[in-house]
Amino acid sequence: MKPPVYGLMAEFESPTALAAAARRVREQGYRRVEAYSPFPIEEVNEALGLHHNRLPMLVLLGGILGGLTGYLMQYYIAVVDFPINVGGRPLHSWPSFIIITFELTILFAALTTVLGLLGLCGLPMPYHPVFNVPRFALASRDRFFLCIEARDPMFDRHDTAEFLSSLDPREVCEVAH
Amino acid sequence: MSEERRQIISVERGRVPVIAPGHTFATVTDKISTIVLTRKTPLYWLVPFLIASGLLMVFLTAVSYLFVKGVGIWGIRVPVMWGWAITNFVWWIGIGHAGTLISAILLLLNQSWRNSINRFAEAMTLFAVACAGTYPLLHLGRPWLFYWLFPYPNTMGVQPQFRSPLVWDVFAVSTYATVSLLFWFVGLIPDLATLRDRTHNRWAKATYGILAMGWRGAASHWQKYETASLLLAGLATPLVISVHTVVSFDFTVAIVPGWHSTIFPPYFVAGAIYSGFAMVLVLAIPLRAMYGLGDLITMRHLDNMAKVMLATGQIVAYSYLFETFIGWYSANQYEIYAIWNRLTGPYRWTYYALILCNLVIPQLLWLKKIRTNVVWLFMISLDVLVGMWLERYVIIVVSLSRDFLPSSWAHYWPTIWDVATYVGTIGLFFFLFFLFIRSLPMISIFEVRTLLPQAEVTEGVEK
Repeated sequence: MKPPVYGLMAEFESPTALAAAARRVREQGYRRVEAYSPFPIEEVNEALGLHHNRLPMLVLLGGILGGLTGYLMQYYIAVVDFPINVGGRPLHSWPSFIIITFELTILFAALTTVLGLLGLCGLPMPYHPVFNVPRFALASRDRFFLCIEARDPMFDRHDTAEFLSSLDPREVCEVAH
Repeated sequence: MSEERRQIISVERGRVPVIAPGHTFATVTDKISTIVLTRKTPLYWLVPFLIASGLLMVFLTAVSYLFVKGVGIWGIRVPVMWGWAITNFVWWIGIGHAGTLISAILLLLNQSWRNSINRFAEAMTLFAVACAGTYPLLHLGRPWLFYWLFPYPNTMGVQPQFRSPLVWDVFAVSTYATVSLLFWFVGLIPDLATLRDRTHNRWAKATYGILAMGWRGAASHWQKYETASLLLAGLATPLVISVHTVVSFDFTVAIVPGWHSTIFPPYFVAGAIYSGFAMVLVLAIPLRAMYGLGDLITMRHLDNMAKVMLATGQIVAYSYLFETFIGWYSANQYEIYAIWNRLTGPYRWTYYALILCNLVIPQLLWLKKIRTNVVWLFMISLDVLVGMWLERYVIIVVSLSRDFLPSSWAHYWPTIWDVATYVGTIGLFFFLFFLFIRSLPMISIFEVRTLLPQAEVTEGVEK
């Protein structure tokens, strides 16, 4: 059954307040927590236990795939598909294949970075409940938000709201679906 | 005391703020986004934009006539078949390099001052690459068949020759354009979200909303976002070095005297960064005056960029000296003649102008007084752009016009259509650039926020 609200959101005025609140919320035992800020804040990531992501591994694989594609494509075309005999020199002239191999490595890795970033973040996302909070528009300007989602096993509409209020936010409000 | 004067004094005394004091998250956001979101288009935007549009018309005319008549309308004749087209190609693509250097290499080196200049410098890269890319295509003779350069299964049963530097160039430049676009767009996403949240216009909201793709500044997203930025910077850094290296291979792999030289790759890369920073300064100095951005693009930025220009200028000067030395030391009569022809031949004035523009005048940048004087900086930057254009002209035209066989020597002179195409791409560049500053934030808002002292988490940091 879907919970009646998406979650509870508290608004803070500074990155320090957000980081402190994020730490308290985690210590309290909440796990389905997300912070929203107008710029990346390392301490908030620390507080929310965000340490690793899979992006570097994906990019490595993308780069390897690009390099293999580049080299094998040139090998196939220059040796098998369209061999040109230039004064008896070897068809598999690998030094001259290095540059395109390199370029395609970079190209595939960069495409993997961007598509991987979007994929791991679940973007593009046409609708998200947090935007139902009218003041949330300020999250891209100068305000800092912390949202405890209703999916969290410890979530309780009343108790969680009270707990968030104790963290000294500017205000706490419910996030409609 | 004016803000400008105060900044100059702080630079002179060695105390250098990245951003003028007194800003908050809200004020930097509003200041940068208002330039885009205002309904009023200022006259200082409109006038240059109309001039650029006029030049763009010149470009379209020149290209249309080219399509009708063929490349014979240009001054290219045997043996100088590259002429202005390739000179302009190398010049434009070099200019683009500073944008990638600022956005990628300075990010990896943790140079936070770059945060207020990287966005428009990257835009400059994109538009410069767009201008550069037109030349080899137009130079093809049958530009509509440009896709033959890419390997694809075709009924003709032929494939590109991967041992040719010209094919390497296709891959290098198209990869560079793609990766620059990706890097620029990823950098824009959080700022597009800001514009989406700040605009009151329905259409603007929808447009920025679609482009921002639902970005909401979540911590889990920021964490991946920062990883992605670093990865893209790490990928763009070797890429930008490789692009001008590959461009220099177009020359060095050939045996033409004056081209066949191993110093070309580093020499070209240094020259590219040199001219690129000159273009960034040519753009930044009027922009900060027009839009009153002196508190975000401070004297420290101009001073730093001037220093980069000075350093790369010295590398370029060293290359000129060594190029001459190599010609003499080769003990090869053709190489020696190529250098001698440069110094005393019919094109000697281009070589002396090049030495004056690239080597002599920029030495003024050693003086702090000059580096903190916007008028001087602007003039020197223009001078470097002219000098770097001349460098490519000397390399291409002077070397090709007199190669091995005196019976095939010829004099090259551009036609009015060469000039029209060149002036036209300058129009294309500024047309795109002015559209960019009117419709997208020209300074990265979220990265400037991180430069503010309030962005530091001040207590309870230790775990």
